Amino acid sequence: MTAVVEIEHLSKAYQRGGQVVPVLQDITLTLQTGDFVALMGPSGSGKSTLLNLIAGIDAPDSGLLRVAGVDITGLRESELAQWRAEHVGFIFQFYNLMPVLTAYENVELPLTLTHLSRRQRCEHARLALDLVNLSDRADHYPSQLSGGQQQRVAIARALVTDPTIIVADEPTGDLDRVSAREILDLLESLNDSLRRTIIMVTHDQAAAECAHIVRHLEKGVLTDKIEYPRERAQA
Amino acid sequence: MIYLFRLIARNTLRHPLRTLLTVLGIVVAITAFGLLRTTVDAWYAGAEASSASRLIVRNKNSLTFPLPLYYGAKIRGIEGVDSVSAAQWFAGIYVDKKNFFPQFAVDPRTYFALYPEFVIPPEQMKAFLLDRRGAIAGRKIVEKFGWKLGDQIPLIGTIYPGTWSFVLRGVYTGANSRTDETQFFLHWDNLNETLKKVAPDSANQVGIFLVGLKNAREAPLVAQRIDAQFRNSRAETLTETEKAFQLSFVAMTEAILLVIQAVSFLVIAIIMAVMANTMAMTARERRREYATLKALGFPVRFIAALIIGESLFITCAAGALGAWLIHPAAAYVGRKYGTIFPIFNVSDDTVVMAMLATLLVGLVAAAGPALQASTRTVSEGFRAAG
Ligand SMILES: Nc1ncnc2c1ncn2[C@@H]1O[C@H](COP(=O)(O)OP(=O)(O)OP(=O)(O)O)[C@@H](O)[C@H]1O
Ligand SMILES: [Mg+2]
Repeated sequence: MTAVVEIEHLSKAYQRGGQVVPVLQDITLTLQTGDFVALMGPSGSGKSTLLNLIAGIDAPDSGLLRVAGVDITGLRESELAQWRAEHVGFIFQFYNLMPVLTAYENVELPLTLTHLSRRQRCEHARLALDLVNLSDRADHYPSQLSGGQQQRVAIARALVTDPTIIVADEPTGDLDRVSAREILDLLESLNDSLRRTIIMVTHDQAAAECAHIVRHLEKGVLTDKIEYPRERAQA
Repeated sequence: MIYLFRLIARNTLRHPLRTLLTVLGIVVAITAFGLLRTTVDAWYAGAEASSASRLIVRNKNSLTFPLPLYYGAKIRGIEGVDSVSAAQWFAGIYVDKKNFFPQFAVDPRTYFALYPEFVIPPEQMKAFLLDRRGAIAGRKIVEKFGWKLGDQIPLIGTIYPGTWSFVLRGVYTGANSRTDETQFFLHWDNLNETLKKVAPDSANQVGIFLVGLKNAREAPLVAQRIDAQFRNSRAETLTETEKAFQLSFVAMTEAILLVIQAVSFLVIAIIMAVMANTMAMTARERRREYATLKALGFPVRFIAALIIGESLFITCAAGALGAWLIHPAAAYVGRKYGTIFPIFNVSDDTVVMAMLATLLVGLVAAAGPALQASTRTVSEGFRAAG
């Protein structure tokens, strides 16, 4: 196994009204390829901030941050954007699909940043939609889909570029129990059969149980680590 | 690239009513801008069309004071003068005051030789010369009043009392689009003979002399010679080129022109504010989408292009329509107020300026939102979107 995420002594603070508010303090964490990690903790503990740092959409104040073998703290904004396009798949709480694009177009969108031909893009996008079981909704706009279906489109969009890591910030936070279960099953199978590395922030115990590593954040500090044996995750 | 255009096109139609109203506003603003600029041009049209090789001699005290007829012969003898003609403002009313058109009593043989831009068919010219009560009118007023050759045209005198009747003997057309086709010419002889009988004091006088030059470059020199000739005489003269003469009329109304010009720019400024507001509103609503695109790895310039593209798409489509509408709108105004603005032509400059103004509106309106969207980091973008 190789480390995809290496974090050492990472700190991050925000300025608020002239005051410095520490959000993450001295975080050290390593994730291996194929890991499915759940980040838990109370509201405001810094879960999203940590996830954003790993995903390269926010910058730390100090510490080491290597993701997919790249020290992303040293990248310029344009390089970072390219790096994200190549290595990170995003799943958001509120799906964040482009409302003016169809399901198919939303999935194809990130592929336009690659060197794939139009035909290859089409193949990849169809395959990804197939994987989330939404081939029959390819021409539907987000407003014509349920929340669970939209999130499945978002998952297709996140995996279509074959990214090194998939980050998910409360992917079931806006869904009912049944839809949430569908999404979790989907993420589990992505991790199981496709060996995707997934980092997921969640408040939901059921969601956390899909992961095989659960980390807790408490006021910006990583506390305990629970590891479930793989067999259990697969059960 | 394909997605850039797809997103711009579909984003534009996301709020059809808002887009439609914005487009409507820009169309109206650009057309109004074009009409206002054309109005300014129309004001200067007389001066633009005037010849540099003609001088106008008038009474130094005031244009309303006449000059003695015998000055004509003296001017003809001055060095550099090629030909001399005379004209007298008639100021008759045709049926109603609002039917205004300029009327001049002229010496036809010399006058039309000096003004080749008034094109008259030879047989009509012959008929006019043979009829002392004859008149020649410009094509536009002939069409406006539905006159035909041979028609009696009554004019109620204001300077010269009584009702005067003229017979339309000829219709002139302009040699080019800048020629005023709303003038009306009658025989100065006819006017003078009548004056001799009813108002002998006013006889043998003309309003202005028109001087053709041998060499246009000598204009200032010849003007000086003419004025020197009549210095200290009963009626001193003021001689200037036809252009300067026309511009002195424009100068009287310069303040109005400045206002019109200011309003034309104000219209652009207002529509710029409207468009900027629309774009700010639009970009605000799409912060989440911009943040998402950035997270997915789309570069800053893609986001900027999305915003600027949408702004330019709306403004340019509307601006093109507005610029295209300037011509029919000007044609309408020209027809309706042809006697106030004999020349109401849309210049290419006006259309180009309207297009540039449109482009400017589009760019300025998008600048703020584009800058903001591209400098915000992804996490800031999501936080701002809530
Ligand atoms: N851009 C920012 N500017 C200022 N403060 C911020 C910013 N982003 C996050 N914070 C603060 O940092 C702290 C951690 O925020 P974060 O979003 O990481 O928490 P979280 O654990 O994800 O909470 P939740 O469960 O509510 O999503 C909070 O107090 C938040 O207000
Ligand atoms: Mg959060």
